[in-house]
Amino acid sequence: MTLLSVRGVSKRFGGLQAVNDLSFDVATGSIKALIGPNGAGKTTLFNLISGFLRPDCGEIVFGGAEVQAMPSFQIASRGMVRTFQHIRLFPKMTVLENIMVGRHVHSNAGFLAGMLNLPFTWREERRIREKSFEIMELLGIVAHAGTEAISLAYGQQRVVEVGRALACEPKLLLLDEPAAGLNMRETNEMGGLISRIRDMGVTVLLVEHDMSLVMKISDEVVVLSYGQKIAEDRPLAIQKNREVIRVYLGDDE
Amino acid sequence: MARRYFAVAAFAGLIVAIQLGTLFTGTGYYLTQLTMTAYYSLVIVGLCMLIGYAGQISLGHAGFFAIGGYVAAFLTTCNLKLHPGVFVSLLSKSGALVARHDAYGGSLLTVHPWLACVAAILLTIVIAYLVGGPVLKLKGHYLAMATLGIGIIIYRIVLGTEFLGAADGISDVPGFPLPAGLIITGDASSRISNYYLAWGLVILGMALLLNLIHSRVGRALAAVHGAEDAAGAMGIPTARYKLNVFVLSAVFAALAGVFLTHYNGGIGPSEAGVMKSVRYVAIVAIGGMANLWGALSMSLVLNYLSLRGYFGTYDDTVFGVILLLIMLFAPDGLLRRHLLSDLKRAVSPNPAEEEAP
Repeated sequence: MTLLSVRGVSKRFGGLQAVNDLSFDVATGSIKALIGPNGAGKTTLFNLISGFLRPDCGEIVFGGAEVQAMPSFQIASRGMVRTFQHIRLFPKMTVLENIMVGRHVHSNAGFLAGMLNLPFTWREERRIREKSFEIMELLGIVAHAGTEAISLAYGQQRVVEVGRALACEPKLLLLDEPAAGLNMRETNEMGGLISRIRDMGVTVLLVEHDMSLVMKISDEVVVLSYGQKIAEDRPLAIQKNREVIRVYLGDDE
Repeated sequence: MARRYFAVAAFAGLIVAIQLGTLFTGTGYYLTQLTMTAYYSLVIVGLCMLIGYAGQISLGHAGFFAIGGYVAAFLTTCNLKLHPGVFVSLLSKSGALVARHDAYGGSLLTVHPWLACVAAILLTIVIAYLVGGPVLKLKGHYLAMATLGIGIIIYRIVLGTEFLGAADGISDVPGFPLPAGLIITGDASSRISNYYLAWGLVILGMALLLNLIHSRVGRALAAVHGAEDAAGAMGIPTARYKLNVFVLSAVFAALAGVFLTHYNGGIGPSEAGVMKSVRYVAIVAIGGMANLWGALSMSLVLNYLSLRGYFGTYDDTVFGVILLLIMLFAPDGLLRRHLLSDLKRAVSPNPAEEEAP
C-alpha cells in the first residue's frame, strides 16, 4: 500500500530548476532513502512534501489526500512529521517540554481552557506527560528530562528531535540528514533507532549522505541529480547502477 | 500548580500590606496613583505575554488602551437626548441607557457603562484581528515598525476627531457601577475600594496568564517564539496562535483603558501616544521579557514613581533610556528567569566547576 505519492512535482527558484518533474511512491511500513550529490534538490523536495514550500506543479498525495496546497501544520496534524537538517529544538525549554510540544496535535486545550485551568486540561496534561516519558524511555533520554534541550551534546539533540517528532505519533516520519554531525557510534545508534521506529509501524522517508547507513537500513533508495530522479531501486541494485556511480564518482574517460 | 497560586496569594498579601501601610502612615492619597498603576499594570502583563512568551513585539498597545478608553468615554458621555430616534428609544426600552444629570443639572441620556465596556472590548477584538492578521506575518523590527504605525494612526485619529474631543479628549466620564454597591470612580470616598478593585483585576489577570503559560497553549507559544518553523512542523497553527495572543493582549490593554478612563473621569490623546507604547515595552523589557512577575513588579515601581512625578519633565526620557540600556546591555531583560544561577556562575571562581556532576 502506498502512503505517500509524489507525482510530477517541479519547483523552480529563479533560474534554477531545483526539482524537475519528480515522481516516486513510499510504501506503508517501509524505510525509503533519498540520496544524491549536494544541490541535487533533496532538501527542497523535503520542504515541498512537508508543506514548507509549494510546488510549481504536480501533486503530493499523502494518505489518500492531496496535501501540496496545505500549510505545514495541517500536514503535520494529518500524520506527516519532519525533522530538520539543522537541529531546530525549542530553546529555553527542557527536553521534556520539547517532547511535550510534540503532543500538540493529540491534545485539545485552547486559550480559554488554558487560562481557566479547566479540570479536563489536568487530565490531558497528565496524559501528555506520561506519553512524553514513554518516548524518552524508548530513546533512553529520561535522565535528561529536566535539562535545557539545546544544552545537550549534538548527538543527543538529534535524538530529542526525533523523539519530539515521535511524540506526534506520525504515520510518516521525514528525517532530514539524521546522521549529519554524528560520530560513527552515534550514527550506528541512529540507524538502529530508525529501524526500531519502522518496526513500530511508522513509515520513514529520509535524506542522508552517510551511504553505509542508507544501504544498511533502507528498503528502497531514490537517487536525485540536478532535481531529477536517475534511479529508484533496492540498495544493492543502486550500488551497482552505472548512472548512480557516474553521478557520484564521475566518468571513466 | 500550587506554587503558581502561592505566588499570586503572596502578591495579594503585598497589595494588602501596601494599603495598610498607607493607612498607618496617613498617606491614603498615594492609593490614587497606586490604583492607576494597577490599570497600567494590566496592559503590561498582557503585553508581557505577547512579547516575552510568544516573541511578538508590539509598539502600538497604547492604541488599544485608547480604543478601550475612548469608546467607553464617548458612549457614556454622548447625550442621546440630542439625537432622538427609533434606535435610541429602542435602546432606552431595553434598559441599555441611563438617565443622569451633569454637573450643571442638565439632564443626560447616555449608554450604560457596562454596555459601553462590552462595545469597547468588541471593537478592540475586531480591530486587533483585522490589523493583527497581516501585521503578524512580519518578524523582528519589521513587526515593531508596523505596530508602531498602528499606534501612530490611532493616536492621530483620536487627536484629529472632533467628537472625541480632539486635543482635549473626553471628560466628565461617569463612574462604572459594579454589583454590591461598588463603583469605579476617582472619588476620594471610595479610594480604598477602588484600590482593591483595580489590583483585584490585576491579580485575576495574572492568574489567568500564569495558567496560560503553563498550559498546552503556553508551550505552543514558547515553541513559536523559539523556532517558528519547527512549531509549524509539530502541527501548531503558528499564525492563528500569534493572532490569538495578540488579540488577548489587546483586550487586556483595552480593558485597562475602559476602567482607568472611568476612574480618572476622562481620557486624552496622550494615552494613545507613541511614548506610552514605548513605556509599556520598556517595562516588559526591564521586567525580564518572559517573566510576568518581573514585568508586574517593575510596572508597580516605575509606573508609581512616574505617576507621583518623581521623573519630572524627564518622564518619557527615563523610559526611553531604560529601553535603550536594556537593549544594549541586557537584551534578555534585567529580571530574567535564570538571573540567580547566572550570577552564581559569574562570581564562581572556576566556571567549569558548575558543569561538573
